[in-house]
Amino acid sequence: MNSLDGKIAFVTGGGSGIGRATALAFAGRGAKLVIADVDIDGGQETLRLIELSGGEAVFVSCDVGEAASVEAAIDRCVEVFGRLDCAFNNAGILGDMSLTADCTEENFDRIMRVNLKGVWLSMKYEIPQMLRQGGGVIVNTASNAGMTGTPELAAYSATKGGVVQLTRSAALEYARSNIRINAVCPGLISTPMVAQQAVDYPDAVANFTELEPIGRMGRPEEIAEAVVWLCSDAASFVTGHPMAVDGGILA
Amino acid sequence: MSIGATLADKVALVTGAGSGIGRASALAFAQARATVVVCDVDSKSGIETVRLIRDAGGEALFVQADVSKSSDVENMVRLTVAEYGRLDVAHNNAGVEPANASILDGSEEDWDRVIDINLKGVWLSMKHEIPAMLEQGGGSIVNTSSTVGHLGQSNMASYVASKHGVIGLTRAVALEYVDAGIRVNAVCPAVVATSMFERFTRGDDHVASTLISSLPMKRLIKPQEVANSVLWLSSDKAAYLNGHALVIDGGLSIQ
Repeated sequence: MNSLDGKIAFVTGGGSGIGRATALAFAGRGAKLVIADVDIDGGQETLRLIELSGGEAVFVSCDVGEAASVEAAIDRCVEVFGRLDCAFNNAGILGDMSLTADCTEENFDRIMRVNLKGVWLSMKYEIPQMLRQGGGVIVNTASNAGMTGTPELAAYSATKGGVVQLTRSAALEYARSNIRINAVCPGLISTPMVAQQAVDYPDAVANFTELEPIGRMGRPEEIAEAVVWLCSDAASFVTGHPMAVDGGILA
Repeated sequence: MSIGATLADKVALVTGAGSGIGRASALAFAQARATVVVCDVDSKSGIETVRLIRDAGGEALFVQADVSKSSDVENMVRLTVAEYGRLDVAHNNAGVEPANASILDGSEEDWDRVIDINLKGVWLSMKHEIPAMLEQGGGSIVNTSSTVGHLGQSNMASYVASKHGVIGLTRAVALEYVDAGIRVNAVCPAVVATSMFERFTRGDDHVASTLISSLPMKRLIKPQEVANSVLWLSSDKAAYLNGHALVIDGGLSIQ
């Protein structure tokens, strides 16, 4: 039931953290995939790990904030594998932590470009291919910060709330076209992004960990399991849903 | 065998397992290799679920229980532990539909019946399941709420209130025992093709088609589709999900 044998997947931000874990999980369930990332070294390393475990993938350098780059990455997926069944639009950045009045315009624009416009552009180019082939599944990475207010991360929180609403709206648009679109809302997960945040803002991250009712950070593999499940036929009636994978933060 | 969620060597309990979502979830648990305790107030249908599980090569036991009665619920958990030595997974699912009536026309008796089974039943179930889970160092609980656990719906106020309450109970209890390794989540299905749906629509095609046309996917949910979610939430695959109300409604509640 949770097998993705013969499916073709596409993962943005596949070069590290949740994206890498999910790329490995897709490959482990029998899917072939395109790993897209702006970080070439990270993406190549994910590719190496997949090939090492006997999976099949290609790496494409991709900046999700740039339409031509996203379009080319999807085109490459179809060119190599002939179709696109499961897309995980996951590329994201945290940006600088600061109070709203202190947030620079440059920081705001940079976060919006990657986290929000990047998900919109990805869906914009994935959906036509899915319509051509009669269906598909999309999962977008939102965050628990997309469901509540997040002090000193207002721009990040706004992009993630935006991802939830993009997900819901697009899900309704394509519910009858056999395309399901959901989001995952990870809590505090041990990824390079959060590790860097811990270096840059040690006090803030210590405080974050206290927010986890479950008493530990999540593992990227735990998000990957949720993404794989949402992409599987087991979730055939689940669409437009922001799934919290957060140990209970949002409870 | 599925490479997905497995419950090998686990003991699972399902209330309302004689029909609809509960039966589908009991069968899914058995297929995932759990030993299943099938609970229902209706013996005939509960025993039939056990037969279906045994015919498929699984292990199951029927326990008659009215989830609104404390002594029945206590007995249901006691028998589970006496027979199988543990309780790992519980799906608190037993529920009833109200009379189709406005708040002015609905009777106090109907209100009490719906709240006692749908809401107090889930509370009583968790109250007795959790000590057994604490004893062994953890467990996983899934409660059946509904799309109307988030939304309003006319002429079924008691049901809507009970299902809102199930989400509240789920969230609150999820925070109480997370340190002890007990996760608590809920499923929120929209209109599922069950005998409850048939009773509610009373064979009236207009009522049925109105409900179906409200769903963006324009079809009823199969009980199996809810069971898939329950199984996954119950398994270790969902180890980081806690206090979550998983919506299975094809987009109904986000319109």
